[in-house]
Amino acid sequence: MNEKLRTAAIAKDNFQNFLFVLPAVIIFCIFYVYPFLNMIFLSFHEWIGIGPMHFIGLKNYTELMGDHIWWNSIGHAAYITLIALTFQNALAFALALACDREIRMKRFYRVVFFIPPVLSEVVVGLIWNWILNPEMQNGQHIGLLNSFLYHSGFPQLVHNWLGDPQTALTTIAIVNSWKGFGWGFIIMLAGLQTIDKQLYEAARIDGAGRWKAFIHVTIPMMLPVLAVVMILTILGCMQVFVLIIAMVNEGLVNHTDVPVTCIFSAMQNTNRFGYACAEAVIFGIILVTLSFLTKKVTDRFKQA
Amino acid sequence: MRKVIWLSSIILIVLAGCTQPAKPSNKIVLWHWMTDRNDILLKLAQEYQQQTGIEVTVQLFAPSDSYSQKVIAAAQASILPDIYGILDKKAIVADFIQAGFVSNLTSDMQANEGNWENSLFEKALADKRFGADNTYGVKPGIYGVPIDVTNEQILYNKKLLAKAGISTPPKTFDELMKDSQTLRRVGITPFVSGFGELWILDCFASNYAFNLMGEEKIFDTYRGKVKYTDPDWVKVFDLFARMRDKGFFMDGIVTKGNKYAEQDFALERAAFTFNGSWCVNVYHDMNPGLDYGVIPPPPVTGAAYPLKIWGSAGSVFVVNANSPNADKAIAFLKWLTAKDQQVLLAEQTFNLPSNKEALSVVSPVLAEFAKGMDQATHPNVWPLNEKPTVVEAFDRGLQAIIIGERTPQQAAEDVQAVKEKQMADGDSQ
Repeated sequence: MNEKLRTAAIAKDNFQNFLFVLPAVIIFCIFYVYPFLNMIFLSFHEWIGIGPMHFIGLKNYTELMGDHIWWNSIGHAAYITLIALTFQNALAFALALACDREIRMKRFYRVVFFIPPVLSEVVVGLIWNWILNPEMQNGQHIGLLNSFLYHSGFPQLVHNWLGDPQTALTTIAIVNSWKGFGWGFIIMLAGLQTIDKQLYEAARIDGAGRWKAFIHVTIPMMLPVLAVVMILTILGCMQVFVLIIAMVNEGLVNHTDVPVTCIFSAMQNTNRFGYACAEAVIFGIILVTLSFLTKKVTDRFKQA
Repeated sequence: MRKVIWLSSIILIVLAGCTQPAKPSNKIVLWHWMTDRNDILLKLAQEYQQQTGIEVTVQLFAPSDSYSQKVIAAAQASILPDIYGILDKKAIVADFIQAGFVSNLTSDMQANEGNWENSLFEKALADKRFGADNTYGVKPGIYGVPIDVTNEQILYNKKLLAKAGISTPPKTFDELMKDSQTLRRVGITPFVSGFGELWILDCFASNYAFNLMGEEKIFDTYRGKVKYTDPDWVKVFDLFARMRDKGFFMDGIVTKGNKYAEQDFALERAAFTFNGSWCVNVYHDMNPGLDYGVIPPPPVTGAAYPLKIWGSAGSVFVVNANSPNADKAIAFLKWLTAKDQQVLLAEQTFNLPSNKEALSVVSPVLAEFAKGMDQATHPNVWPLNEKPTVVEAFDRGLQAIIIGERTPQQAAEDVQAVKEKQMADGDSQ
């Protein structure tokens, strides 16, 4: 009898717990699970966003495999990510190291370095459009960068940075890094401050200089943090979108296309919702794979 | 436990309430995307309520891209308002109609010997009119109410042309190129436009396609009977190569959004621009002292066909066929397009009115725009349209020519390759 009562009490407890989480589960299912499953479902259809859908099996996927604009866009996103992983994160790490020391006005620097990330991407795009403006009026360069280059004795470097296929993507990648380094800076600074100072003391007693302490103490202790920053950088940069629209509108021919602009274009310009969903599915798989690979690699480093 | 059950019940009641059908009322809801017309629409809605007791809730959703997505999402969820606009291709409008989201307004338009229909510009009505021979399978009729009309032409800055010693605006494409070189010589950028937005580039190019080969050949290209590598199409591409070589374009034009291009022209950074009649309002806000005139794109010398410009309804509202207040919504739109309201809209927003009688009040520049309506055409009134993937390839080809990456012949071949792929795939695109 007691056993039955205990079982009933446990069942009642479980039911109550279930009811408590039910609203969250419902919301999660409506806003995450359903759209996700619907996206996969739509990717097997031809649909213009309204009206009947036509099941076409894997046709969107087979077309996507041969779509060189799509694969180039993956390459462009990878290039932007690579610049961010190296240039952006190296800058963030260097500045975090500098601000971790006892330097004057370090609080001021922390605030300044965190300004770009809190700015809207549209605002950043507008600011950099003005800085990179290639036009002239009354014989004067309108853009700040070209004006600076011209007046500081480098007129040969004056350039149409966003209008030239050779420089457009790199320019966007650098602006993206400028906008993004503050996140890495804050996370890395927080990571550096958690390292026990006694470790450095012990290393110093063992005869390690600053460089050796950095290699053998700072880097190993920072590996988990660096892994998080790398994954966030990859996920963030591969999905760059607003900044590109703000800087080059619908793109410089196809030289500045990235996967999200391709997905947007398939929906907005050509009303191919099914194809856009197929692109989104493939892109999602790529992102998940990249995240797992990054995790695996950093785990290996940690073990080593 | 009781609280949990109560909470669950409330959630269920709320969710069930979401699916309750709406009932007729004295309130109608209008969704629009026009930031520059929001204030005047709100004012007119208030005035309408005072006159009729019908409350019109005007809701703005901008920019237009977001608005367009919102309308599609609302249609999918069957939560469209009483009055809204479909900012999309005619094929999409046809799908909205066939899905039962748009009222057929023909009987209202033609009531009282067609008073309402006759008061509006025919070319404005054509935007949402489906004829008996339409290829979309839509029941013939009028499905939208235009509140203004618009067309896209070339604008020239009188002061900058005078500064370069150019006394009259160009009448031919060759003169335009000659003026371009003259302007460059005195350090003035000849031309700016929002060619970063593909539709503007497409519009500009199609003006010359009509001029060089006439509409039948264009439509035959869409049907797949004429190739994009045809010499006439290559000539269209070649015009862009010529413009590039004569230094016609402002640096960075292919990534420039129309808002930036409007700013450049308003700040007198370029002598010519290509823009729609809505720009009169924009330039007035940015630089009230800007002195400019309007001309159609100068035709190519010796071209066999008349040059056409894009022109049609500017902003068109449709009535939700599922709305319990559809009759009230139609009455409001009829009132909104009556002469007095149209005069007010034209005066306040510097747009061309859709009501013919209100045209007498427009500014001289708008009157110049209005002249262009005689030679206006628009994809929405063509018997068929090119597939969007091909249009995108065409526009990208033009951009590639402007930045010197492709020759006209190469660009034409690129577009033809996309066209052939699309034809091989059937109508899946």
